[in-house]
Amino acid sequence: MILPKILFRNAFRNRLRTGLTILGITIAILAFGLLRTIISTWYMGVETSSATRLVTRNAVSLVFPLPISYQEKIRQIDGVRLVSHGNWFGGIYIEEKNFFPNLAVEPRTYLDLYPEYLLSEGERAAFLADRKGFIAGRKLTAKYGWKIGDIVTLKGTIFPGQWDFILRGIYRGRDKNIDETQFFFHWDYLNETMKKTMPRRVDQVGFYMIGVTRADLAAEVASAIDQTFKNSRAETLTETEKAFAQGFISMSWAIVMVIQVVSLVVIFIIMAVMANAMAMTTRERIGEYAVLKTLGFGGGHLIGLILGESVVITLIGCLLGIALTFPVAQAFSQALQNYFPMFNVKRETLLLDLVVALLVAVVAAIVPAWRAIQIRIVDGLRRIG
Amino acid sequence: MSIPLSYNLRNLKARRLTTVLTVSGMALVVFVLASILMMAEGLRKTLVDTGSYENAVVLRKGSSSEVMSWIYRQQASVVETSPEIATEAGGKRLVAKEVVVLITLPKRESKRSSNVVLRGIGENSLLLRPQVRLVAGRLPRIGSLEIIAGSSVAKRFGGIGVGQSLSFGMNDWKIVGIFEAGNTGFDSEIWGDADSFMAAFRRPVFSSMILKLRDPSEFPRLKLRLEGDPRLTLMAKRETIYYAEQSEMMAKFLRILGFTLTIIFSVGAMIGAMITMYSAVASRIAEIGTLRALGFQRRNILAAFLVESLLLGGLGGLLGLGCSSFLRLFTISTMNFQTFSELAFRFALTPKIALQSLAFSLFMGLVGGLLPAVRASRMNIVEALRAG
Repeated sequence: MILPKILFRNAFRNRLRTGLTILGITIAILAFGLLRTIISTWYMGVETSSATRLVTRNAVSLVFPLPISYQEKIRQIDGVRLVSHGNWFGGIYIEEKNFFPNLAVEPRTYLDLYPEYLLSEGERAAFLADRKGFIAGRKLTAKYGWKIGDIVTLKGTIFPGQWDFILRGIYRGRDKNIDETQFFFHWDYLNETMKKTMPRRVDQVGFYMIGVTRADLAAEVASAIDQTFKNSRAETLTETEKAFAQGFISMSWAIVMVIQVVSLVVIFIIMAVMANAMAMTTRERIGEYAVLKTLGFGGGHLIGLILGESVVITLIGCLLGIALTFPVAQAFSQALQNYFPMFNVKRETLLLDLVVALLVAVVAAIVPAWRAIQIRIVDGLRRIG
Repeated sequence: MSIPLSYNLRNLKARRLTTVLTVSGMALVVFVLASILMMAEGLRKTLVDTGSYENAVVLRKGSSSEVMSWIYRQQASVVETSPEIATEAGGKRLVAKEVVVLITLPKRESKRSSNVVLRGIGENSLLLRPQVRLVAGRLPRIGSLEIIAGSSVAKRFGGIGVGQSLSFGMNDWKIVGIFEAGNTGFDSEIWGDADSFMAAFRRPVFSSMILKLRDPSEFPRLKLRLEGDPRLTLMAKRETIYYAEQSEMMAKFLRILGFTLTIIFSVGAMIGAMITMYSAVASRIAEIGTLRALGFQRRNILAAFLVESLLLGGLGGLLGLGCSSFLRLFTISTMNFQTFSELAFRFALTPKIALQSLAFSLFMGLVGGLLPAVRASRMNIVEALRAG
């Protein structure tokens, strides 16, 4: 095949310009990939949450608790397989910037509800047996260097005091996108301590986590639960874990929107750079196109030459950009590890990179190709430089 | 003698397509830079305006926001006797005991729910916050089931207007007024009587106390005394600092995001300018030779190409800044993860941001044009003339 060779030769005729253009595209694809990764990370919580688990919370808002007496009433509702409960603890480890989610949960039922948190049998038993024990994700323990048996102290914000916990197990995620930065301990430990220090806040849970027998029952069970507690002191709001996670995202929707817009702007910037380079290239070669036309090559051939060159340049830039995305994403997640527990570049993002690059290549070639086709042979031959 | 500016202007005009593409690329970069700076500034302004340097906030020790905090009535009366509190002409002590909780309300347009701050106020709350003005209706009566809503809440959430009512805490609450609080966080809140809220939510404690200082410089003394008092488990903060801390996480996120994007984008735009300028030099070799032959010095040629590149940068900067100034018409409302509630703020364009953006665009033009200009100035006259 002679065509690819011509395209490559053409593309690298002006080495400096092509090199700069490729660099520009590399950077733009890098930025685009990074932004898409931020957005997909934002939605990670929704992706990993299940549609067969329900969350019941106080209808007024998340800061209001529910009485523990609801547990038995929920268990009696048809379609409920398992009920667990917990509280967002919101404790601080040494400094406020060391943020990670820490929750007080009823451990037996909670672990049954989350089979995606993998824990060895021994660790599970040790955790269940020790009321002051806690389990944490692999990434979290690695970050702070905790080992099994270590004592970790959290400073309570919602529940005042210094709280000591003993690490009894390190869980791993079953899939790559499972959050491995969480911290779980016994709800009983919290409640018993509250009995001593703040009797007003005893026997109150922040949320119930409910497993249903069949996924298609989720909506019915949810409305049955809310119906049970209607017109009580603490009305409930029950939704699937997915909807619950989605709710959090919709609250920060404006930020996601801004990032999305910026990622589109990046595409326009690449287009401007690429279209500019192609416009200059073809302007210099108008004479050659006239010669090609004289020799009998038609418009299709000229389009092929110009478009092909554009594709070659953008593809090289795109591949370089993709290759760079991984190390940069790594550095970025280091800087923002408090915001995003994990920062994985997804395959969809890379595909999108390629699609965008091809789109840019085509758009950048349109005007130059049009000009090359339109020019009359005589004008083209007459034109200098 | 230097080469006249009209030479550069005509040149840009002769290569219209390239000029437009380069300028628009730069304009986009400046647009992104300016809009992120404007967003961060808007957030900062909103939170700085919310607090007053003369006020102090008292919270439970260890709590990071008002929602997590509680102050018992006995503790509140101890705090109320602090000598540092300012008194009004009538002998009234300028201190307010408030209750802050969150409620979930559906948004007007998207119907999605979001958390709104509900603040139970005391009789002095309005005196302590002069930024708050009533724009419609009247104030809620003490001890009644009446509330007033901030204008930003009224705009964004459905079912909020004078005469309408909201139901929460097993009661229906009548909205009797709408207030405006400038560009502050209070604009995103709903206010009512503290005692009514405490009864409705069965929460017999205050969340926070706001006090106006007799003399702002006395704050360290107040802090030392309150935090050292064994009867209290409270802490005191200046109101300005309290609100700045509330948005620290979001501000840092915007800063890191803005910084990363600007660096990446500006490299892209500089490359765009460099491509344009290199080709401008390459296609004008004969011209450069002629200019040199006419007696223009190397530095004149260097200056001419730099000016051309700066023109590109400047045009891009003005265009980008012009576009971003329209963003001032928009309000962003998003959840602040630290307070767990909605916060609305506007894009704010300050002269400093305008200058920074323009300086940045000129810098991009300069860097992009430097190497090509050096190449142009180094050309040998004879060879350059022959190239034509």
